[in-house]
Amino acid sequence: MQIPTFSPGDDPGPDFAALLRRQGLVPAAPDGPVSAAGPVTHGTTVVSIRYADGVVMAGDRRATSGNLISHRTIEKVFAADRWSGVAIAGAAGPAMEMVKLFQLQLEHYEKVEGSPLSLEGKANQLSGMVRNHLPAAMQGLAVVPLFAGYDTRRNAGRLFQYDVTGGRYEENDYATSGSGGLHAATVVKLGFAEGLSRGDALDLALRALITAADEDSATGGPDPRRNIWPVVATIDAEGFTRVEDSELADRYHQIVGPDGGGAKS
Amino acid sequence: MSMPFYVAPEQVMKDRADYARKGIARGRSLVAVICVEGILIVAENPSTTLRKVSEIYDRIAFAGVGKYNEFDQLRISGVRAADLKGYSFSREDVDARSLANQYAQILGQVFTHEMKPLEVEILVAELGHGPEDDQLFHLLYDGTVIDEQRSAVLGGDAESVAERVDAGLGDTTDLAAGLNVAANALAGPDRTLAAADLEVALLDRSLQRRCFRRLEDNEVSELLTGS
Repeated sequence: MQIPTFSPGDDPGPDFAALLRRQGLVPAAPDGPVSAAGPVTHGTTVVSIRYADGVVMAGDRRATSGNLISHRTIEKVFAADRWSGVAIAGAAGPAMEMVKLFQLQLEHYEKVEGSPLSLEGKANQLSGMVRNHLPAAMQGLAVVPLFAGYDTRRNAGRLFQYDVTGGRYEENDYATSGSGGLHAATVVKLGFAEGLSRGDALDLALRALITAADEDSATGGPDPRRNIWPVVATIDAEGFTRVEDSELADRYHQIVGPDGGGAKS
Repeated sequence: MSMPFYVAPEQVMKDRADYARKGIARGRSLVAVICVEGILIVAENPSTTLRKVSEIYDRIAFAGVGKYNEFDQLRISGVRAADLKGYSFSREDVDARSLANQYAQILGQVFTHEMKPLEVEILVAELGHGPEDDQLFHLLYDGTVIDEQRSAVLGGDAESVAERVDAGLGDTTDLAAGLNVAANALAGPDRTLAAADLEVALLDRSLQRRCFRRLEDNEVSELLTGS
């Protein structure tokens, strides 16, 4: 890999995506419906809730290809950088690629410029990536992320929802995405209150995922038998922290009760 | 028609080298020391915004002395090369050795083919998993690469600074000792440097992924007065 050099007028600046385009490393969008080649792996339900100290992000672990479960343990919630996280729903392949590129973009900007992007700037970057992905989305590879972070300038958690065209909508209290998102949103809506504690916000996110898994076949709930737990993270003044499986297991057992029977939400 | 004057290649190279050396000597020096906690890089730099030391990748740092715009351009190219390589292959495949070789190519190319050589000296440091695996590549304005052991000194007054560094370093150096040796070596016998005059960064062995961190003035002054 050669060191890329540019003349001053042609310099891509701190934009990693522009650098990739310049180097010819961007894959072409498919020119026909991708479903013709067989079912595409999809990731499903993700939830984000604002609470007193920041934001909680949670995602189930199931990926489906058509009517089949293709993975039981994929991850859909990622740290974008120290102060923000991104959760994905939609075609898993392009979504993972988008997350990887987004993480790199934030880090690249920070290193080239010497200071990190503002939270608003990060949200706009992701918006541009989703918009650039529209041609592929039209062929059946839609990716609809959630973005949440701790705004170190305002000292508050903020969250953003997107649509396939790259539309960026800041939400005040909570946001969901994916096939089970509708059911998850109902649970969060009923349980949401201003200034939730960390514990209450985690319980609410878990309950939302349990209900989504109950109603939506493409969403996988917590699976104590296989010891598979959702990916849940908090983003607060301390940054992005993934919640331990053991804590999730305890909370899950508290929610469903000792007999483990049926989700109550 | 006028005939071009003949100038011997030896003379051309010597003139360019003198020119580059003069440019570099105008700036202040920089010291890197391998210590128990990681690789410590200390530069004399009163500015808190125009950096001489920066992050290239997870375990790789860059430091430059000389003309700011020239080494900063090299730094940005290095970040781009490292990020592209990490993106195309894997984060583990990004290493200081290949980056140093590419820098050497650029510096050598400019030195022999351009009107003006780059007036810079740069350091590419990679944190290994133990102090014995750490790497310090010191690159000169003409593309010469030096694989330094334990410590490296860049800048105009490098020889006398290096003597003071070597005299001060023990068998194993911790962060505080390394910082004090570096600060005293940069200051010389007649001056003392305070935290505000120094730019200090550490490739920190205790960090997980991105190991580069800057030491703020209060942390530096604590370590400086601590010995």
